[in-house]
Amino acid sequence: MRAPTFQHMPSSTLFWGVVAIVTAFVVVGFASAHHMESAGHWVTGMNNRVVWGVPHVFAVFLIVSASGALNAASLASVFGRETYKPLSRLSALMAITLLVGGLTVLVLDLGRPDRLIVAMTHYNFRSIFAWNIFLYTGFIVVVVVYLWMMFEPRMNRFVGRLGTTAFAWRLILTTGTGSIFAFLAAREAFDSAVLAPMFIAMSLSFGTALTLILSALIFSIRGDGLPTALMLNLRQLLGYFVIAVAFFVIVDHLTRLYGAEHHSLERFILLDGGIYPMLFWIGQILLGTILPAVILMQRRYKTLATTIAAALLVLVGAFCQLYVLIIGGQAFPIDIVPGFSETSGFFDGVIAEYHPSLAEFGLGMGGVGLALLTYLIATRVLAFLPTSGFDSGPSS
Amino acid sequence: MSCKPMKKDESVSLAQHRRTFFTQAAAGVSLMALAPGVRLVELAMANSEDSLPSNDKRWGLLVDTAKCESGCDECVSACNSEHGLSGHGRPETDAQWIRKVDLKDEQTGHELSIPILCQHCEDPPCVDVCPTGASFRRADGIVLVDKHTCIGCRYCMMACPFQARSFIHEDLTGQKTHSPRGKGTVESCTLCVHRIDEDQEPACVEACREAGHDALVFGDLEDAAGPLASLSSKTATRELRPDLKLNTGVRYTSF
Repeated sequence: MRAPTFQHMPSSTLFWGVVAIVTAFVVVGFASAHHMESAGHWVTGMNNRVVWGVPHVFAVFLIVSASGALNAASLASVFGRETYKPLSRLSALMAITLLVGGLTVLVLDLGRPDRLIVAMTHYNFRSIFAWNIFLYTGFIVVVVVYLWMMFEPRMNRFVGRLGTTAFAWRLILTTGTGSIFAFLAAREAFDSAVLAPMFIAMSLSFGTALTLILSALIFSIRGDGLPTALMLNLRQLLGYFVIAVAFFVIVDHLTRLYGAEHHSLERFILLDGGIYPMLFWIGQILLGTILPAVILMQRRYKTLATTIAAALLVLVGAFCQLYVLIIGGQAFPIDIVPGFSETSGFFDGVIAEYHPSLAEFGLGMGGVGLALLTYLIATRVLAFLPTSGFDSGPSS
Repeated sequence: MSCKPMKKDESVSLAQHRRTFFTQAAAGVSLMALAPGVRLVELAMANSEDSLPSNDKRWGLLVDTAKCESGCDECVSACNSEHGLSGHGRPETDAQWIRKVDLKDEQTGHELSIPILCQHCEDPPCVDVCPTGASFRRADGIVLVDKHTCIGCRYCMMACPFQARSFIHEDLTGQKTHSPRGKGTVESCTLCVHRIDEDQEPACVEACREAGHDALVFGDLEDAAGPLASLSSKTATRELRPDLKLNTGVRYTSF
């Protein structure tokens, strides 16, 4: 196969229209952050029991997806799959912009975002959070160098090595993100080693779904569709990754269901926890797992429209999964004195209330907008869009 | 215009004046430069090593649950008053450093009431997870938050098994100089470190005694002859969440 060629995104009304829409999201995001910071977090749904809310759902989604967005580049550079080579540059770009979007949400949700410099200069190396700061910034540096190797013909021979480094880095990064929750021994909803590999599977699935959607979007803006062979390959991959996430979810719940210790938690998440079982069964399992798996595995649905529909369903499932995991995990009360029922004026022993505010959604959507805006603008600045080198049929 | 030549005596006198001026100016500048340094040395000397927290001691509390009365919240009121914790009428987001929790034995139905506050763990999860090191443990066992380096990430609140920490959700008024707080940062019981450093006991302990309950006993957990050791030797004590093996500085008896 011939080496792919690339071009800049041509200027068009459609392109600038999409840029205007995502810019509006960014404006809403920053306005929401300003509102939350100037008034204080009491204007959000977050409180002393549910301390991480919707902004964290968005931030974790974007960070985990950033790692998975590198799939196409990794498959081309590390595993020699030429089919994905035309998408390599876009794949690496997506990884950077999604991560920047996620980190921006995370930083703007801090109680003191103005102290970002403190987070950059004071490190507690016993904290997985501190390690993640290095993993995130390091990932951006590695992928920027990786992109440079792709762009600069004299450096093309190093693409394989950088691809391998970036691949290893992204696995460690997602392990680190999963470990932020896995290391919380005090909370039974989180304290589980399976979270780290589950986050890797989630990154592969969410990242591939986003690759399909954003590639289809960017190709449509240019005026042509996503090449069929590429779409079919990504579609097949997404099917496998959806099953992989389902595997870890099942293992996680079965492990907790086995011992009596976690029966109350499982009952809360799976049966009588109000919104959480609904989001789990309808959002995560039905819409986010079963439906896309059926669509992706069926030969008769092998069209771009159904594939994009399946990818969008995977993203719906992703949000539901992260909402149930992050917020449901906090809403379930900590059993501080086992064997005793607890009541207090500080909401001990009861399910914590959490009603997300518009500002939280605004901030989260602002992060998504920022990721898309930087992604789109970058395609105008540098030659990210492939013009040739596409495979003529599915390679697997 | 004519210029009158200067006499030799006048020239010498001017040179002497100049020399005197420079000498005095140099002395003045030196004094200004050195004085703050001397003052700093003086301040440093005032805070001698003897007055710094030492790991010879480990401050803690013993809660006698048999004496802790249900419905009594003298300890909570004293804490709020001591640290200027005035709420905004929003219990979900208002700060609470110590709270009364009513317990009911699920098997026997036995009821009791206990105060829950920062347990000042020997291995505090909040200190482990804090990315900037703002959560720290003093040599004498008191777990604190450095308000200057807390970025408000709230990871410590996720990690605390006792839900003993509060996030400052809104603007503050009526702050106490001995208990600095900051909007957008996390805080919890300081064990009234400002009182301990002046050889006084925490406000909650004092209030409990004045209310006639004497359910809270403050002391050095390492002191074999101290009040905590003396009480602990007569009855079994337990820590909250013993499964986590945090070796808490706050212990409970009589349940």
